[in-house]
Amino acid sequence: MEKEKINFEEAMQQLEKIATELEKGDLGLDESIKKFEEGMALSKRCNEILEKAEKRISILINEDGVIKEENFIPNEE
Amino acid sequence: MKYNPISVSELNGYIKNKIASDEVLANVLVKGEISNFKHHYTGHMYFTLKDDKSLIKCIMFKTYTANLNFIPKDGMSVMVLGTVSVFERDGVYQIYCKAMQEDGMGSLYTAYEELKKKLEQEGLFQKEHKKRIPSMPKVIGVLTSNTGSVIRDIINVSTRRNPNVYIRLLPVPVQGEGAAVKIADAIRTMNEKKLADVLILARGGGSLEDLWPFNEEIVARAIYTSEIPIISAVGHETDFSISDFVADLRAPTPSAAAELAVPNIADVKLKLDNYQYQLKNTLKKKTEVMRLRYEKCMTRRVFKEPFQDINEKYIQLDNVVKRIATITTSCLHDKRINAIQLISKLDALSPLKTLTRGYSIIQKNGKVIKSVRELKKQDEITLQLTDGKRNARIIE
Repeated sequence: MEKEKINFEEAMQQLEKIATELEKGDLGLDESIKKFEEGMALSKRCNEILEKAEKRISILINEDGVIKEENFIPNEE
Repeated sequence: MKYNPISVSELNGYIKNKIASDEVLANVLVKGEISNFKHHYTGHMYFTLKDDKSLIKCIMFKTYTANLNFIPKDGMSVMVLGTVSVFERDGVYQIYCKAMQEDGMGSLYTAYEELKKKLEQEGLFQKEHKKRIPSMPKVIGVLTSNTGSVIRDIINVSTRRNPNVYIRLLPVPVQGEGAAVKIADAIRTMNEKKLADVLILARGGGSLEDLWPFNEEIVARAIYTSEIPIISAVGHETDFSISDFVADLRAPTPSAAAELAVPNIADVKLKLDNYQYQLKNTLKKKTEVMRLRYEKCMTRRVFKEPFQDINEKYIQLDNVVKRIATITTSCLHDKRINAIQLISKLDALSPLKTLTRGYSIIQKNGKVIKSVRELKKQDEITLQLTDGKRNARIIE
């Protein structure tokens, strides 16, 4: 799977799988290094996603089936 | 012209007196459905009595509530006996109840039970149909009113858990006529345009009729057909709406719904760090094991003294060569001794040896003469002595 397109949830799941596989310890050294590199790439990808995320609170306005998105600030009571 | 207005309290006082003097209003028996029921800590009960067209405020003081043989609840159909009077401060008239009796189950409550049973039999509440709530949704869709505390609570809880959360609010009316249709439409819109990864359908607490849109079939069916997982958080923790049963997950309150929808980023980061540590650690352990194996292997003799074997072979070879040499020489030696013995034996038997003692050999024409009869006068002969040959002639 292409690392750039993988979403956070999938990356996290794969990371979990790799960690378990590595920990079992029945892999050869080459295979272990491969898995390790894969895992590090996945965790880097996850961190990137987290860092790239930006806060956004928006309100959707339906104008005759066309959805407009505007920033939303809840009014204080 | 001079105006002569009266005050609000004067007006309310006048109305109060008017109503108080009416004989019919002094003693009324009214049937209706309880809603907005509140049992105040002072012991008084406040509620609204309604039918499908109209409603009236009611109050029952503590002195009368003690006589009740049931616990009033929203949605119940009751008969109340009391006096209609005006509460001057608020300018409202209300029934001051003296007695209350249950009048069968409220129609809304019956409708609720019937719909719940029907949908349950159809399988709308089945676990197998429920979708998993994504662990890391990119966009949280919220369907609720854009005013009030519910959306504020959801935003607060969500941003506390994930400071970079992405929330899309699609405002919907959460009570009253037509709310159910709009809620169902909103669910469909979110799905059609794929506007969120998870939906929170929320409403604060309220009476059974306030929460009613969430008990309507159209909403239940919209939730059931939604491809986006839905968390339903309607009313208080003790309220169970039909939408709660159909939804993929029920949250006791809107804040709890936000907690279920939005992952705590601090936890996620910690988990990520743990995975990284785990990866590094296991690889480190693996290489350590490999290194130990390598080292153990290298301590073996063949690697430690790689020439020892070869040297041993050399020694063996040398030994063989030496043995061959020894055998050959001793064999030669034996042969030589043997030869000497044979030569001396030969030597002893040689005729030349006899000549040294004074004997001589006579030859005639190369033939050894052994008798005088072989010789005649004038025969030429050869005498062989030990130190040479001489020719001679027979004289006599």
